Amino acid sequence: MRNSTAAPDRVRGRHRTAVRRGAWWQALLLALVTGFAMTGCAASADETKDEIVVAIVSNPQMQDAMELQDEFAKAHPDVNVKFVSLPENEARAKITASVATGGGEFDVVMISNYETPIWAENGWIENLQPYIDKTEGYDDQDFIGSIRNALSYEDDMYSVPFYGESSFLVYNEEMFEKAGVTMPENPTWPEINELAAKLDDPDNGVSGICLRGLAGWGEVMAPLSTVMNTYGGGWFDEDWNPTLTSPETKQAVNEYVNLVREHGQPGAATSGYGDCITRYSQGNAAMWYDATAMVSSIEDPASSTVAGKNGYAPAPVMDTEDAGWLYSWSLAIPSTSDHKDAAWDFVSWMTNKEYIKLVGERFGWERVPPGSRYSTYEVPEYREISQAYAQPTLDAMDGASQESSMTHPVPYEGLQFVAIPEFQDLGTRVGQQISAAVAGQITVDEALEQSQAYAEQVARTYQREEGQ
Amino acid sequence: MSTTVQTQTPSAETSEPPVRRKRKGGGAGSAALTLFTWLLALGFFMPVLWMVLTSFKQEADAASNPPKFFFTPTLDQYKAVFEAGAGGYLWNSVIATVVSTILVILLAIPAAYAVSIRPVEKTKDVLFFFISTKMLPVVAVIMPIYVVAGKLKVLDNIWTLVFLYTAMNLPLAVWMMRSFFQEVPREVLEAAQMDGASLMTTMRVVLIPMVAPGIASTALICVIFAWNEFFFALNLTAADAATVPIMLVSTMTSEGLYLARLSAASVLASLPVVLAGWIAQKQLVRGLSMGAIK
Repeated sequence: MRNSTAAPDRVRGRHRTAVRRGAWWQALLLALVTGFAMTGCAASADETKDEIVVAIVSNPQMQDAMELQDEFAKAHPDVNVKFVSLPENEARAKITASVATGGGEFDVVMISNYETPIWAENGWIENLQPYIDKTEGYDDQDFIGSIRNALSYEDDMYSVPFYGESSFLVYNEEMFEKAGVTMPENPTWPEINELAAKLDDPDNGVSGICLRGLAGWGEVMAPLSTVMNTYGGGWFDEDWNPTLTSPETKQAVNEYVNLVREHGQPGAATSGYGDCITRYSQGNAAMWYDATAMVSSIEDPASSTVAGKNGYAPAPVMDTEDAGWLYSWSLAIPSTSDHKDAAWDFVSWMTNKEYIKLVGERFGWERVPPGSRYSTYEVPEYREISQAYAQPTLDAMDGASQESSMTHPVPYEGLQFVAIPEFQDLGTRVGQQISAAVAGQITVDEALEQSQAYAEQVARTYQREEGQ
Repeated sequence: MSTTVQTQTPSAETSEPPVRRKRKGGGAGSAALTLFTWLLALGFFMPVLWMVLTSFKQEADAASNPPKFFFTPTLDQYKAVFEAGAGGYLWNSVIATVVSTILVILLAIPAAYAVSIRPVEKTKDVLFFFISTKMLPVVAVIMPIYVVAGKLKVLDNIWTLVFLYTAMNLPLAVWMMRSFFQEVPREVLEAAQMDGASLMTTMRVVLIPMVAPGIASTALICVIFAWNEFFFALNLTAADAATVPIMLVSTMTSEGLYLARLSAASVLASLPVVLAGWIAQKQLVRGLSMGAIK
């Protein structure tokens, strides 16, 4: 009897629990669905406005552009801009993945003169020439010639420069005076070697020179490739034969590696552009050969103890007239973008003459993005603050051509890189070998033998193409 | 320090003189050990302390060589981090972490039950299958996941991360919970059944309270993994769904100084995890002291 009454109770209890459980699951499901729906609504709430997503490299000048968004919003109230800002390596990987697979997250991407011609050929980015031509006062002839060429494919621009750079040598005038030495007007690498030996003072924490040693095609391989070029060496000869073990390349790499090992900064094998900024701007290096864009860091009194104490010399040479590199961060519109007109509104705003003025007036003239337009160098305020480095920068950029920086013709575009898709990987692997030589783990000859083997794999593809 | 003394006291009751001698004799040694422990602890804590200190510096002070211990503190870096939109990143991380952890726990409890207390057929194979999903490195599958997400139009959507983090943490959670469930005495569960409790009631009223500390520690692990996850977030988000690790990396730059701002962002990023750990720790200690599982 007792059992029979207890059983229905138990069943009811179980039933109640199940109902309660069910309600609970339903509530959770409802919450999730609402969540999904809400994110969907948020995305489509502002339908009257064009929303564009801009992927940029988080360098100081780009961060300034993000801060000036209110100005763009004033001029284009119908365009809403969202930024994705990442360091160079992450940005490059993400942008490449997105553009190459048609991921379509971005309406504007920041790329360089390495990607532009390759991506234009693949049809991944829009031809900007029609947009440029119909935008009044944009003046693309004002872009620095070498940069404009580097960002063009079949005479049309596929990306427009936000800033451009070449390479030159900065030196600390106080240290030179104290040591009683002077910088030649057009220094050669052996002369730099001698100077570095005299200025090297490890006891006081000062190295003769700072040179990149960090593995990576955008790190050690950038300055080193320009040294290889001026010594008559390089990556490939005219028939795509790798020349990484040629006597000229060997001499150049030996010179570079020995210089940085004997008179360079401590721990050079893990030291790149960022580390050299810190060392040089804190007075821990007497010379530094690197990007002209360095001036915005080392001439900024807020973060540099050597601001105003620097002299600038052209990139050291050997057998050529010039030896600098050419690089540009530029803006392009992926072909997958659904808001191309709004994207161009933004791109043209960030790369026109007015923008330079806006930055100068709002943040100070030392912070304008340099090396994109000739007109920047005609602004009196900019001329005044950039006396020491404006002309060296312009000269370096104008001189940055294969004709004046290499001893022989090559079958590829680029000075400090080879503009082929395989180069990111090849450059990084060769960079690892060089970095190991800088660390003293292997000899320069060993590093170059291995590098030559890597380059031969890549070369085969192109030799086959030429042969057809 | 205090714990070492306490652990010695029980044995002191049984044979007092020898232990005392031992303690006396070990005086210098234990002082050295204490000092060594302190040094070691400080050594491990130093980077964290340095991060907190650096977050209150100006960039130039942060980059100075030799390092500066004395400086004028400033909140500029925190201000800059918030002005760069830290709120959005934090909110995304909270959603991705909390929702994925709740889902993981909800799914892992029945799964762990099925592989420990009432083993299903071929339990070992099932368990191995769970863990085998963790054997392939994420980088090997990122491209297919990216392309599929692109085709489904769910790139840069926080619910994509919730889904992936749930999948990422589930195998681990099942394994962890299984070991906690196995320690539950079967007699207790049988007693509950004898009293007429249904499966759901047994789980809710008997089992879950007994393994609460286990659930807490599993949840903590899931929270930490989801909060710190970088690779999926980097590749699958852009402007709308970016999480805190992406905020950290976006303060870095290859040109110019960023150490102070990165430190400020790092302090903000680690606070919630420290907090979650602290809360879960209390839960763990309480659970252990209840003495349900020994």
